[in-house]
Amino acid sequence: MLAFTLKRLGVALLVALTVSLITFSMIYVSGDPAIAIAGEGARAQDIEAIRKFYGFDRPIIEQYFNWLIGALQGDFGRSYTLRQPVAGVIFARLPVTMLLGALAIAFALVLAIPLGVLAAVRPNSLVDRFALTVAVVGQAMPSFWFALTLVLWLGVHWRLLPITGSDRWQNFVMPAIALGYYVTPAIMRLTRAGVLEVLSSDYIRTARAKGLRPMAVLFKHALRNAIIPVVSLSAVQFGFMLGGSIVIETIFQINGLGYLAWESIQRKDLPTMQAIVLTLSVIYVLLTLLGDLLNAFLDPRLRVA
Amino acid sequence: MAELSVKRAGTMSAEEILAPSPGALLRRRIFRHWGLMIGGMILAAIVLMAVLAPFVTTFDPYDQQLARKLIPPVWHGGAKATWVHPLGTDHLGRDYLTRLLYGAQISLLIGFSAMLISGVIGTVMGVLAGYFGGRVDMVVNFIITTRLSMPVVLVALAVVSIIGSSLTVVIWVLGLLIWDRFAVVMRSATQQVRVREFITAAQALGCSTPRILLAEVAPNVVNHLIVVATLEMAHAILLEAALSFLGLGVQPPTPSWGLMISEAKGLMFFDPWLISIPGVALFLLVLAINMLGDGLRDITAPENRG
Repeated sequence: MLAFTLKRLGVALLVALTVSLITFSMIYVSGDPAIAIAGEGARAQDIEAIRKFYGFDRPIIEQYFNWLIGALQGDFGRSYTLRQPVAGVIFARLPVTMLLGALAIAFALVLAIPLGVLAAVRPNSLVDRFALTVAVVGQAMPSFWFALTLVLWLGVHWRLLPITGSDRWQNFVMPAIALGYYVTPAIMRLTRAGVLEVLSSDYIRTARAKGLRPMAVLFKHALRNAIIPVVSLSAVQFGFMLGGSIVIETIFQINGLGYLAWESIQRKDLPTMQAIVLTLSVIYVLLTLLGDLLNAFLDPRLRVA
Repeated sequence: MAELSVKRAGTMSAEEILAPSPGALLRRRIFRHWGLMIGGMILAAIVLMAVLAPFVTTFDPYDQQLARKLIPPVWHGGAKATWVHPLGTDHLGRDYLTRLLYGAQISLLIGFSAMLISGVIGTVMGVLAGYFGGRVDMVVNFIITTRLSMPVVLVALAVVSIIGSSLTVVIWVLGLLIWDRFAVVMRSATQQVRVREFITAAQALGCSTPRILLAEVAPNVVNHLIVVATLEMAHAILLEAALSFLGLGVQPPTPSWGLMISEAKGLMFFDPWLISIPGVALFLLVLAINMLGDGLRDITAPENRG
């Protein structure tokens, strides 16, 4: 387990470093980032001033290491438009997005696990067909359109929930549904496949043969094993959601990291953009690391170093 | 038992001797798969309408008639609704059906092109990793992990905003970002093929590696490739719509479904059909492609082979 943990930790560190390099060089895709910030038709001295301000005139390697060392110390530079340290803004907004992500994954799990279990217990039944429909529809529904449709019905037509903002708990209901529904199909399919596989295994037959109640077999014996991969998938999906919440946060004007990302993209605020991409990527790396370690801890067969 | 089967073999009917060919079996599986048939038909209808758009509608998707703005679709009734504009007109008086049809061209074009680019990248990486294993596999795996840890929508938005958005930029950015599933699936498919006897035989015969990859490996992984290709095309279409919705995809006045929803956002409380129509179109297209992909996976899965 120790060897596996160390190896996984090393890979995670290497991935995080590579991501930081890509994130840093992202702003050079257009050639000169100073021109990208200044916009077309900017005066030469303005571009020169921007180049000086951001330090684009120094060697790229030097810029990268300065940025990386700063980032490691929690210093992402100053936001050009917000006129305050980027790190402060990010840590102020991150909890909102985390809360939204947690609510969304909770919604997805509450919907997906019972449906997946029921579908596996009665394969090809009506419940199974219904679950399959939910999955197929969920995968094809554009999240932003689903969110707008929720706004129209729950917010405007029936006036049940507030449309925008992030001050009260009611504000989070629709965004959590819109964001969570998108990851439901994957979790449901995995739950169904896992339970289906476990139910046909020998130890379940033994449990049934010794006369355990069907419910006890299902919950105490089958679900416990089938749920392991679902846990790590949920961790991964949570990471995906943090990155994907930009669309939902923009629609509902939730003051989280996604909305900040959209604002800084609009304003060409490069330091903030870089910091958000790096923060979300590192969170994702940590989540997958956690998921892998958890899996290996629960299932020794996966500890192949 | 043996006697029985011998006797049976002796009295085979004409039908049994003329057993269906593999092709006939495949066709039968295709036509019996409802999801595949429905998905395929919806997709064919959308492609046909997109290609024939200039013949289906006489309007120009860019032509603004401000005097005729915001006509509701025919099923809404009312004094303004007219069969001249079956789906109504938008806030600039452009025929909504026409915008929808030309928007289908954009969605299909972007989805297909981005899928091609990502397919080439992902397949090359996956096949090489699966065939050679060892160091190559480690490197490819690392690249896949790195790619997966970066948030697609965010990176795409940021890069498009820095380069400046256009149709080509959107296609390339999406194509260069979403190859991960191709690589993952092709890697494991190739790993399964690599250990088969005919590969060993080809190696023993002294075939060159490119020949083995093209003539022996490729035909055996191509069914997985087609399935991933359909699902990734749907993925690319959804991403384009999301980018255009956020204002960083296809630029106005190009008709794109995501952009149509974005432009109608401010009016959706008064004219909700403005977002429902492109939304339903987008949903149907992605649903059809996904159903086709799922169906193809069902009929080509080795365990279903008759």
